[in-house]
This record gives sequence, C-alpha cells and structure tokens, in this order.
Amino acid sequence: MNLMNSTARRVTLAALVTVALGTATACGGKGFSASPSDSGAVAASGGSVSAAPAALTVLIASSGDAETNAVKTAATAWATSSGNTVTVTPAQDIKQQLGQGFAAGSPPDVFYVDAAAFADYASIGALEPYGESFAGKDDFYPSLRQAFTYQNKLYCIPKDFSTLALEINSAAWAKAGLTTADVPTTWDQLSAVAKKLTVGTQVGLAIGDTRDRIGAFMVEAGGWVVNKDSTAATADSPENLAALKYVQSLLADGSAKFPKQLDSGWAGEAFGKQKAAMTIEGNWIRGAMKNDYPTVKYLVVPMPKGPKAAGTLTFTQCWGIAAKSTHKAQAIALVTALTTKAAQLGFAQAFGVMPSRQSAQADYVAAFPDDKAFVDGAAYAQGPVNAPKMNQVLGDFDTALQGLPKSDPAAILKRLQANTAAVVGK
Amino acid sequence: MSTRGGIRGREHVAGWLFVAPVLVVLGLFLVAPILMALWVSVSDWTGQGSPLSSSVGFVGGRNYARLLTGPGLTQADFMTSIRNNFYFVLFTVPLQTVLALGLALVVNGRRLKGKGFFRTAYYFPSVTSSVAISVVFLFLFSSSGVVNALLSAVGLSGPQWFADPRGLFQVILGGLGMNTDTPPALLTDHAFGGLTLWDWLAGPSVAMCAIIALVVWTTAGTFMLMFLAALQDVPVEIEEAAEMDGANSWQRLRRITIPMLRPTLFLVLTLGLIGTWQIFDQIYIMSQGSPGKTTLTPAFLSYQSSFVNQDWGQGAAIAFILFVIIVVLTLLQRWLLRERDGRSGLRYRIGIALSLLGNRAGGAR
Repeated sequence: MNLMNSTARRVTLAALVTVALGTATACGGKGFSASPSDSGAVAASGGSVSAAPAALTVLIASSGDAETNAVKTAATAWATSSGNTVTVTPAQDIKQQLGQGFAAGSPPDVFYVDAAAFADYASIGALEPYGESFAGKDDFYPSLRQAFTYQNKLYCIPKDFSTLALEINSAAWAKAGLTTADVPTTWDQLSAVAKKLTVGTQVGLAIGDTRDRIGAFMVEAGGWVVNKDSTAATADSPENLAALKYVQSLLADGSAKFPKQLDSGWAGEAFGKQKAAMTIEGNWIRGAMKNDYPTVKYLVVPMPKGPKAAGTLTFTQCWGIAAKSTHKAQAIALVTALTTKAAQLGFAQAFGVMPSRQSAQADYVAAFPDDKAFVDGAAYAQGPVNAPKMNQVLGDFDTALQGLPKSDPAAILKRLQANTAAVVGK
Repeated sequence: MSTRGGIRGREHVAGWLFVAPVLVVLGLFLVAPILMALWVSVSDWTGQGSPLSSSVGFVGGRNYARLLTGPGLTQADFMTSIRNNFYFVLFTVPLQTVLALGLALVVNGRRLKGKGFFRTAYYFPSVTSSVAISVVFLFLFSSSGVVNALLSAVGLSGPQWFADPRGLFQVILGGLGMNTDTPPALLTDHAFGGLTLWDWLAGPSVAMCAIIALVVWTTAGTFMLMFLAALQDVPVEIEEAAEMDGANSWQRLRRITIPMLRPTLFLVLTLGLIGTWQIFDQIYIMSQGSPGKTTLTPAFLSYQSSFVNQDWGQGAAIAFILFVIIVVLTLLQRWLLRERDGRSGLRYRIGIALSLLGNRAGGAR
C-alpha cells in the first residue's frame, strides 16, 4: 500500500506530477473545491442520516487504479442507495491537498488520514471526532483504535492496516540446511540463522534503515519513543538501547545490511533480488514480489520475540471526516458503508489490504492463509508515534539510524529523547 | 506639485486611472499575499480557516527565534538547510555562469557552422520540464545507472549518488588519507547554530553534487541566450581594432568582450543567485531532503514545516529569512559589480572591493 519504498514512491510521484503538468491540472486541489452551494444541508451535525441529499467529496491517497476503482465503486453504491452523490478523487500529494483545503475552509468531507500524521491533524482541530459514537467501534482492533485516539477521544475509524513480519527465502533456507524447526523465535536464534544465511554475496537479513523497521525491535525489547498515552518521552530507556545495540550487532558482523548497502531502494528489493535471505517488511511485499520477482519462493513468519515480548509495528489509515464538513451525517453514513465487514473484505480482494475489523479476521485468513503471520501481528502491534509535531523529530531519528552501523546508540537515543521531550506533553 | 485648473488640471486623475489596473493586480496578487505571509510568520496559525480570523494569535518573533537562536531541532534543521543551500549556490552559480558564457562564445563564433542547431541543442534543457529532467537524472545517477556504468568503464567505482550523505570535502579529505570517522576534536567540539564546525565544513553531499550537475545543465541554456544576445551587441570594430593592436584571443576576451558584457553578467549572476537560493522542485522530486538531510533546503523546509508539520508560522518565517538572505546577497553582488569611474576590468573591481572591505576610503586609486 502506501508504505512502498520511498524511492519507488518518489519516482511514481514524479511521474504523476509529470502527467499532471502535461494535462495542465497543476494548479492543484482540483477535486474538493466543488460546489459550496448545497446550502440545503448545512449543519447536519450528527443528526439523522436521512438529511437532505448531499454532494460529498472524498480524497484518497490511492496506491493505484485498483484501489481508486474499488473505493469509487463502493462509494457510488452507497450514493445510489442513499440518494446522495459522492466524488472520489485520488490525491497526487494528499498532505499538500488537505493543507490547501483546510486553509481555504473547504476541505474534502471524507479523506484518508495516515496514523503518522493523525495527531497533527487532530491537535489543530481539523478532524471531526466521530469515532466515539460510531456504531460498533469495539469491533476494530484495539491497537488501531489507539492509533487514532487523541486526548482519550477516538477521532476516526481505521480503514485497514498492515504489520511487519519476517520473510524468508525458501531456497536459501533449504540450501543452508535449515528446516521449519529452525524458524527463529528469539533474537539469539535470529542472529544465528542470519549468520548461517550469510554466504558469498548473500546477506542474512536486509532491514530498512528507519524507525518503521528498527522500531519493531524497540517494541520487542519493551521500549518505545513515548509512553502509552503519548504524554512523556521514553526514548533513552535501557530497553530501547538494548534494541539498537542488538540491531547494531547484526549490522556489525555483516549478517544484516541496510538496503542501500545492497544497492536496493528498499529491503523488499534486496530480498527479491536474492541479495538477502530474509527481510522484515509488511504485507505490501506480497504485491511487489508477485509483480517484480514472481519466481522467488518465500515464507512469512511472525517477528521473533524479543527479551520482553512479541512485538511488531502496525501501519494504518483511517477515514477522517473534516471538522468543517457541512455534511457530517452523510459522511458518517458513507464511512459506515465503507467499513462494513463485506466492504473491507472486498477491498482486501481488490488491492490487498487487511481488514481493520476483528470479526473479519477469520474470513480474511481463510481467503489468504499465507498472510496469517501479518494478521496475527495485530494482537501485539505498536502503531506509529501518536503525538503532534513529532514528524520532524522522528525524521531526525531516521537520519541518525542511517548511521547506526558506525554511531553510538546511546547518543542517538539521547538526542531523540531531548527532541521528543521538547514537543511531547506540552 | 499639483496643477489644479488650467489645461492640465485633470491629468493626475487620468494618470491614476491608467495605472489603476496594474495597481489592483499587483496589490491583490503581490502585496496582499506578502503582507498576509508576513502576518502568518508572527502568528500561531495552524492552517485552519483564515489566518486573519480572531482565533489566530500574535506570537511576536517566536517563530524567528526558534529558527535563529534555538536551541533545538528546529534550529539545527534550519541551519542544516542554510548550509546545504549555501554550498549549492557556491558551486552552481559560478559553474552555470562560466558554462553559459562558454557556450555563448562557442555559438557566437564567426566560423561555426550550424549555429541554429547548437543554439537549439544547448537551450533545449531549459525549456524541458524540470520535473521530467529530474526523473531522468534519477535514473542516470542511480547506483546501477549510466553515470556509474561510465565511471566503471574507466575503472572508477561510482558512489550511490542519491543515498550518499558524505560531504564532498570530507570525501576528498578521506581520499587524502584522513580518518573521517573520527574528525579532529577542534571541529566537533565547537558548534554554531546547532551544527558542529565539522558539519558546517562538510561541503555539498554527494547527492547534492548530482543535483548541482542537473541544475547547471538545465539553466546554462537560458543564460547562454542572454550572453549571446549581449555578445551580438559587441561591435565587431572594437574586436578588430584590438586584433590590429596585436591582442591575442585570450586578451580580447579578457579586456574587450567580458567587460562589455558586464550588465549581462550582473543579470545572469543575480538571476542565478535568486534561483539557486529558492531551489525547490528538484529537491521535492529527487530527494525530499535525504540522505541524512544533506539536500534539505530552506524552500523545501518551509514547505515541510507548513504542509507536513502544520506549523505555518514557522514555514512563513523561513520564507522571510530566505528573502532577506537573497536581498542582502544581491545587494552585495551589485556593489561588487558596480560601475566605477569608467575604469573597467572585473579583477580591478573585485580588487577594489576587497581592499575596501578592509579600508573603506583607501586603496581605490
């Protein structure tokens, strides 16, 4: 989904921008400036769903045509049955387009909100906190609801999610004389098999050099950047230090490498090119492997447990509703229709995302048995740092992590602690 | 001043009437947005609704203070972006100016055949979309791309251009045998604006060098056209007279051609300076500030602060600091290249300027 490797995404983005310039639509925000004139339905705040017909605008950060078409179809079906109209626009740069919409006072009614950006939007009052009163909200995974909770209020309903797991190249595994009994379940075992799989030009493990991968080890060690309700910085804890030191030890003996050391844009590419026998990625690797490296056979297993607990990271988006929307009742009805179990399973079929409803888990695993490791991760997964103004801090942490093979983990965490403490809990 | 009555009595009314359309357009699209941005830079606007609404508060110089005096991540990031952009300008402006002048001299050559073709070929990169060119360069400079293939053909192993955060100066020092992993304590212990001296002196990163190459290549064509237009205004008689006096071609270029191009040189340097301090689209498409923040520039940081971090006041403050930097540098450069007493020669002028820096009155003659 939208967590593909950054280089590929940048190229795609650039290509999209090129197309946009070519077709002279570069003035941006072509979607949601639509008619502000439906004065009939003004202020339908939280009232009955059967308000006057509304023209809703939906802005999505789409991964491609499959996603755009699936969302359009589902939205149109709701529109026809409810007598409203819906315009679904795939964003070229959703942050920028939402920013323009908020500033102009005419944001789209419904839009994707990434968990990493959620707290920023919630803290400035851009989002309508409809989640608390959403019917059946308890069916959504608690870790996902936590990702969209700001100041003890559930703001929006998770759309879908993905988690990290360990992918293993079957051929390399067999060649090293390993069997299913050797699948690593602890850090020590992971180190051991990574060493064993480092043969010739092949390294044991390719791991992305950002918090979105290395952070999983921090969770497994029992640490994280902030405390549970994001009110205090907990970056320089001994748990986090243990995690970074562990990753550094893998990098030090050459059994693990960052993608760019393997001439790859992201870890999945190194894995697909068989430069690495194992990698840690999310379920989006399925699509990449199918399209780019269809001959590589691999196995997906849960992340090995850390010294404290099982842990992984989850990435998710929610259906945000603008606080400034004039059709909130209809918007909530649309989100309800798009998050039913059937709709979520439909999206899973169409573009490979995992349903955010616990009740859909059994059906999903039945349809995609190979993805069990990803789905199971939901039980112990940690969402992105849920605090406003953290983007810059975490970007700085990522930059420091790029230097992890050489630098001092304690110094990295000290800097992260200082920067986090400056913005969290204020 | 006023001429009421008489035949010209209503002239000023008519005058205002004629300039009114321009005043309205400039006011609406230039003055008003600038004033509004100035207000945003001293406010705590979060990007919600109008910045002029009553819920937006005045915070004085707080946004500027966080950037300039810190301490903290905001200041460190801003200073990093200034450093990056400074090195970018330092390399790009001279290179693009020299290249443009060189191309113009070649195309202007009396004996060159197929001038039209070369003019078009050199100008072509300038009229192509910067987005398209950026994407092409991403492929050219990828670690298994054409540039590295060419380098390996001559026995060099090229760097991973867009993933290499090492500074050029540090790479050179490393190549000369210095251990760049443990830089001298003198440089790492002293910090200014949140960055150590070692960081300040890093030079443009390898990734930034690729972007410098791109920008030099794309802008040289436009500046070539300006030089070319000026070159065609240089009277042939003067060149011929110099030739009769026994000046060789280098002397003619140094003593005749370049001095006569001074107004154009000023134009090209000014436009180059302004354009390079504002670099945004190449960064946005190619690197987004990575690797290791070494391609972060103030313009991109301003965008990121506003649209990504929802900190619009800070984004606007960055834009105004950038504005001040550009104005100051342009004034400085204008002063360096100004006309003095009919004496010509760029070296003479720079010599005077440098000596004046030490002693405002002395050294002029």
